[in-house]
Formats: sequence, C-alpha cells, structure tokens
Amino acid sequence: MFAYLVRRLFLMLVTLFGISIVIFLLLRIVPGNIVDILFAAAGYVDPADKANLEKELGIDQPLIVQYWHWISGFLRGDFGYSYVSEKPALQEILPRIPITARLAGLALLFSVSIGIPLGVISAVKQGTRLDYALRVVSLSGLSLPSFWLGLLILTASVAMFGQMPIFNPNPQTWLEAFATYAVPAAAVGFRSAALTMRITRSSMLEVLRQDYIRTARAKGASDAAVNYQHALKNAILPVITVIGIEAAFLIGGLIVTETVFNIPGVARFLVEAIRWRDYPIVQNLVMLIAVVVVSANFIVDMLYAVFDPRIRYTD
Amino acid sequence: MRSVWALAAMAALSVLTASTTTLAGEPKQGGVLRMYHRDSPANASILEGATYSVNVPFMGVFNNLVIYDQHIAQNSPETLRPELAESWSWGNDNKKLTFKLRQGVKWHDGKPFTSADVKCTFDLLMGKSQQKLRQNPRKAWYNEVNEITTSGDFEVSFDLKRPQPSLLAMLASGYTPVYPCHVSPADMRTHPVGTGPFKFVEFKANESIKLTRNPDYWKKGLPYLDGIEYTIITNRSTAILAFVAGKFDMTFPTHITIPLLKDIKSQAPNATCVVEPTNVSTNIIVNSTSAPFDNIDIRRAVALALDRKAFVDILFEGQADIGGTMLPQPQGVWGMPKDKLETIPGYGRDVNANREDAKKLMQKAGYGPDKHLAVKVSTRNLAEYRDPAVILIDQLKSIYIDGELDVVETANWFPKVARKDYMLGLNLTGNSVDDPDQSFYENYSCGSERNYTNYCNKEIEKLFDVQSQETDTSKRKPLVWDIDKKLQEDVARPIIFHARAGTCWQPYVKGITIMSNSSYNGFRYEDAWLDK
Repeated sequence: MFAYLVRRLFLMLVTLFGISIVIFLLLRIVPGNIVDILFAAAGYVDPADKANLEKELGIDQPLIVQYWHWISGFLRGDFGYSYVSEKPALQEILPRIPITARLAGLALLFSVSIGIPLGVISAVKQGTRLDYALRVVSLSGLSLPSFWLGLLILTASVAMFGQMPIFNPNPQTWLEAFATYAVPAAAVGFRSAALTMRITRSSMLEVLRQDYIRTARAKGASDAAVNYQHALKNAILPVITVIGIEAAFLIGGLIVTETVFNIPGVARFLVEAIRWRDYPIVQNLVMLIAVVVVSANFIVDMLYAVFDPRIRYTD
Repeated sequence: MRSVWALAAMAALSVLTASTTTLAGEPKQGGVLRMYHRDSPANASILEGATYSVNVPFMGVFNNLVIYDQHIAQNSPETLRPELAESWSWGNDNKKLTFKLRQGVKWHDGKPFTSADVKCTFDLLMGKSQQKLRQNPRKAWYNEVNEITTSGDFEVSFDLKRPQPSLLAMLASGYTPVYPCHVSPADMRTHPVGTGPFKFVEFKANESIKLTRNPDYWKKGLPYLDGIEYTIITNRSTAILAFVAGKFDMTFPTHITIPLLKDIKSQAPNATCVVEPTNVSTNIIVNSTSAPFDNIDIRRAVALALDRKAFVDILFEGQADIGGTMLPQPQGVWGMPKDKLETIPGYGRDVNANREDAKKLMQKAGYGPDKHLAVKVSTRNLAEYRDPAVILIDQLKSIYIDGELDVVETANWFPKVARKDYMLGLNLTGNSVDDPDQSFYENYSCGSERNYTNYCNKEIEKLFDVQSQETDTSKRKPLVWDIDKKLQEDVARPIIFHARAGTCWQPYVKGITIMSNSSYNGFRYEDAWLDK
C-alpha cells in the first residue's frame, strides 16, 4: 500500500509540473495580452505607453524569466498582483473559493444523492415503466445544457413568482439562503446526476447478473441487502471514477451557471480574468484548480485501493 | 407671430424633456439606488478609461470645472453649467479661458480643493506632470492648450495656442473630472477620491461597486440618495430578468436593445423606459493603402451600395438615425440638415439607382457579373459589430462584391487595424461629446491615433481649424456641415447609422435624465431620488 501511495504521489507531482508549463504557455499562445486589451478598450495604441505598461507589468521579459518568477512565487504562496484590479491575486481569489466550493459541493451532493439511488432503482426495476421514465429523465439531464436550464429556471421564477434567485451575499430568510445556492446547484448538478444515474444503472445491471448475487438470493438475503450491501458495493467503482471526473467537469459547468445566476465565484472570475489576460489570476487560479483536480484523482485512486484490495496488492 | 413660435418651441421642448426626464414632486432624502452594471470596468479611473462602463459608476464621485446641465437631455453650448468653477470668461483674443473656482470645497479625504488640483489634473492629461497616467486616451483634446496657470488658490487659466470654443465642451464631458493633486494616478485606479456627491466605498471586480452619500458635499442638501450600488451582471438576460423582478431600480443606462425593450415593457408595464441616441456611429473603415480599395471608384461603389434604412429596420426596428459623422438632428446639435444629407452620393432615397451607379463604378474598375471582387470584411467579435457586418456583406453582393466575414477577437482588433491588416472593416465610433472638434480631429485628422484609415486631406484639415476657431455657433454650423459632407464624399469612413438604445427605471425613481446626444456625460445623480 505504501509503495502504491508513493508512486501515485510522484505521478501527481509530475502531472502538476506538466500542467504548470501548459497553463503558462497556453496563455502566451493566446493572441494579445492585458496591454493590448486595455488599448483595444481605449480605441487607440500608443507604442510608448504600451511599452511602458508592458515593462511595468513584467510581460516584456523572456518567457523563462516570467515562468520562474511565477512558479517560484506560487510555491512560496506569493501569487503576485492582479493586472486589472492591482490588488494581491490571492486576495482576489481566496474570497471566491468558498462560494464556488459551496456551489460545487451542493451540485455534487445533488448529483450523488439523486443519481445513485435512482440508478439502483432503475437497474433493479429494469424493463418496467419506472425504469423507462427514469431513463428519460437521465437522458434529458444529459441533453439539456446547464445555461439553458438555468435561464429557464430564472425566467419561470420571475414569470410565476415575480422573484428571482440571483446571488445574495446576505440572505435574510431561510428561503433566500436556500435559493442562493440550491437552485443553481440543481441546475448544474442535474447533468451530473443524470450521468451518475446511467453509470450506476449499467454497473448495477452487470453486477446483478453475477453468480454471487444469485448465491446471496439463494441464501435468503433480503432484496435491500442484496442490492445495497452486495451489488452496490461492487458496482460503485466505476461510479466513483465518474464522480471524480465529474468534479473536474463541474468547474466548466459552473462557469456558465455562475454567469447566469450572477454568482461571484471563482469560475466566472476565471473567465473574466482570461478575457483580460490577467496572467497572475489565471495562472494561479488554474494551477489551484489543477491541484484540486489532481488531488481528487489521487483520493479516488486511494479509494479504489480501499474498496478493491486487488488494486493495492497488484499495482 | 413670434410668441406663437415661442409657445410651439416651449411645447416641443417640454414634450422632449418629459420623454426623458422623470418629473416629480418634492424630492425625498434617503434610499440606495440599485442598478446593475453591464460589465466589470478595468479600474475606477475615469481619466484613464475609454468606455462609459467607467463613467456611469464613478462620475458621481467627482466634479468637473463645468458640466452639461444634468436635466437637459441635449448637451449643447447653451447647457453648460459651472460646477467646481463658479464662473468662466474668455480673454479678448479668445485665447485665454479663466475660471473662478468655488471656495470651501473639500475632497472626500477632507483636504481642501484649490487651483493646484486643477493644474495637476490638466498637466497630467497633457503629459506634462511627473506622474503619468497608465493610459491617456484623450490627450489630444488638449493639443491647443499651451499651459495651465494659477492665480492664487481659486483662479485658474487655460492659455491656448489659438481660439478653441470647443474646449469648454470637452471640459464638461463626464470624461474630464478634476483629480486631487495629493492622490497618485495608481491610487485613483483602485480608490478614487473626488469632491462629488458620492464617496467611493468599494469596487469588487466582477461583483459590485458601492458609493455612499458625501455628507459634506458642497451643494447643501444634496445628494438625496444615501448611496448607489451597482451589481455587475454580465449576462444581459439575467440582468433584465432581475430588473423585471424588482431586484434593481434601474437598468444600466442605454443598455437595452430595441427588441429587448418590448420584452421589458410587456413584463414590467409600470417601468419608465426611454430610447435615445448613444452618439455611437456604425461605420465602414476601408484600407485605402492597398488594392483593391486604393481605387477611389471601388470605395465610392461601396458607399453607394449601402441601404442604410435596411440596417436601421433590421437591427433597430426603425429606431436609429441616418446621418454623417455628426449625430443627426434633432438630438444632435451639429448634424447636417436632411436636405443637405440627401445630396451626398449614397444617401439618396432611391437605393436601386444608387446601386446602378455603384455597378458602373465597379465595371469601370474591371469587375462585373462574371468577375466578382472577393473581400474579407473584418470586425470585432461582438454582436453589435457582427450583426451589421453580416448585413453589409449581403448588401455588397448587389455590386459584385463577395464578402467573407472575418471575426477578430477584441484584443487583436486595434493592433490588426493599426498595422493595416484588413481590407474592409466594420467599426463603431463613440463620441464622448457632441462636438465637431472631438469628432473631426480624433477620427479624421492626419496622424491621429484613432484615424484608423489614415485618411489625410490637408485641405479639409484647414477647414477643421477654421470651424474650430469660430466662436459663433450659428456661423460654425454651416462650416461643420460642409466638412461632414466632404468627408462622406471622400469615403473617409462611410457612416452607416447612428445607434439608439433604451434605459428603464422603476416608477419610484425620480430625477433621472438620459442624455440624448452623448452616453458619457449624464451620471452625476446628485439629485436623483427615490419616491418610496
């Protein structure tokens, strides 16, 4: 187990180093920098002012110097200053993380708490009307873009109740607090729930056909014990994989959802930072997200080992 | 007879004013005006900004030397009012403009306002101070200013190289607030300090901008509002739904397109909505430095092919204006009269006849039904640019030009235009003041940074100077019209239309006037109030 953990940790560090290079280079490949954008907004280009500003921001230096300056700062916890707001990048990023984390956590919770039980029910009731109905729900979840669903929810709220659940930093009532996060979380989590449900269903169907399930039934185990103790435990591995991947994909969905519901989280902030080519914000934020995603995958790998002893013994 | 005309004029004026101003009873103190903001401005420094995304939230923090009357929709020389200056006077040769400054005015940090602050501000704008603005997009406005001199703490003079009555117009723009000497340009970007009715509280990028009432404002009793809060909502649908749901008291000014305005009126029938010109023209930039548009015949053919009314009908449901460089009358002060406009090739009412003329020019240049000219029509990747570009491409087909849309990201647009890496471009030009000097020198004078097409006509440049020095507005107008006509005939930058846009507010919001010939100057909000 220890060797397995060390190998995974090493792989994680190599991956993060590779990601840092990719993030850095991709940002420089994208045409234009903050100075171009500022002058584009002003409708003119003054070469002298442009050169001064590039020098002031350090983006006139060789790429290797810029990379070293950034990555060494990142490792020390010095994220530099936002080019746009001129405030410390960490000060800009940190307050937004809990907002997105709360939203992502709720969306993931929604996805798991809806997707897994419905997937199990769908598999157990295979071929029944309930199964067909649940499969239609899951297909619609996969087909509906979250921004469309979000806008639909907002429009319906205004049309039906004259109210609108957009971000409220100081909710006064329980309902406001609930609407602030739950509605957007449901909008973005619906797709994940649908995917989780489909994977759970197909994995369960495969497991339910195994000999040991038949044996369990023959020994007189109850349906609940067979389905949840024997079948689900073995069917859950691919579901965990999907949830791990979905956690990363969720960031993509959150960008749109945060924009539609006007939630000041990191996802929307990241898009704006990319639009402005605000390198300190984009580089550090994407790197932080990469750390989270790679760590999540690391945890998933560890969970594999916990759930399936064969992995920790053979890998 | 004269009294009849006067009565008619008054009636017309009252109709115009009533359409754009919230008339109300006795103003009430208190309340916070909640407005959404269409995007997150780069910073809070108006002097460095070049978009009204900065002016709208931050104009209330400052004062100018002079300002356009905030409750007369049309900015004109007659609506200039003193602000930090108590009065102004021109020297005998019209080359010295002296302001007597208001006494007892304090900056938001408690320091006194003096003539030194005015000198600092304009030295900064002219690039003469040690401290520099990170960007200085309107430096050219002060090309005719020799120097700023002070006489004591409360008098300041602008010494000009030659008479320039338009200087007052530019000083009255929302883009020309007076900055404090004791706060650096860098600090003004993040925490602006002004003398205005509202104090800066915080600016959270992509989130919100908050202003609070300045209790020590030099205009006693003002502002009425306790503060203004701007919530930044970049998604227009969300923003409008939030307004309809009552989350906001007002939409972002001139942010509502004509089709969306109908939605708002149907969903919030009590809301007050007005549509006004934004003084932003949609125009064509032609790269005349290389083939095929180095041929004046082809440039003229493009101008003749335009069916401007079709653009206006499709994009604005008929609610936009056709004119030359200057915003058309009646909202525009300097726009050409309609009869003069229609004498310009391409502006005649018979579009088919115009296009027949265009075809002849194209055939003269070697193109025809069997040999089409292939061009790329470049434009920025924004809806207000892309949509008219698509219509333009369709219209050019009628004169043997096959256009291909070349969508360019914002970051690359101006560098691309500056290095002349385009054939035909669709561009938007915003005018921060309705004034010929601002428009002519900025967009058409030889060597100007914003003269994207490098149009350079020394003869017309002399005419720019002649009109610029004319102090009598009635004599200046015909000069301006002649120049505007000549610019259109030269196909310097064919103007397609002047856009209009809507603004809405809840019925209890009072004291709001949307300017009808500028979208940059009307956001002081010192006497806006909430009738709640």
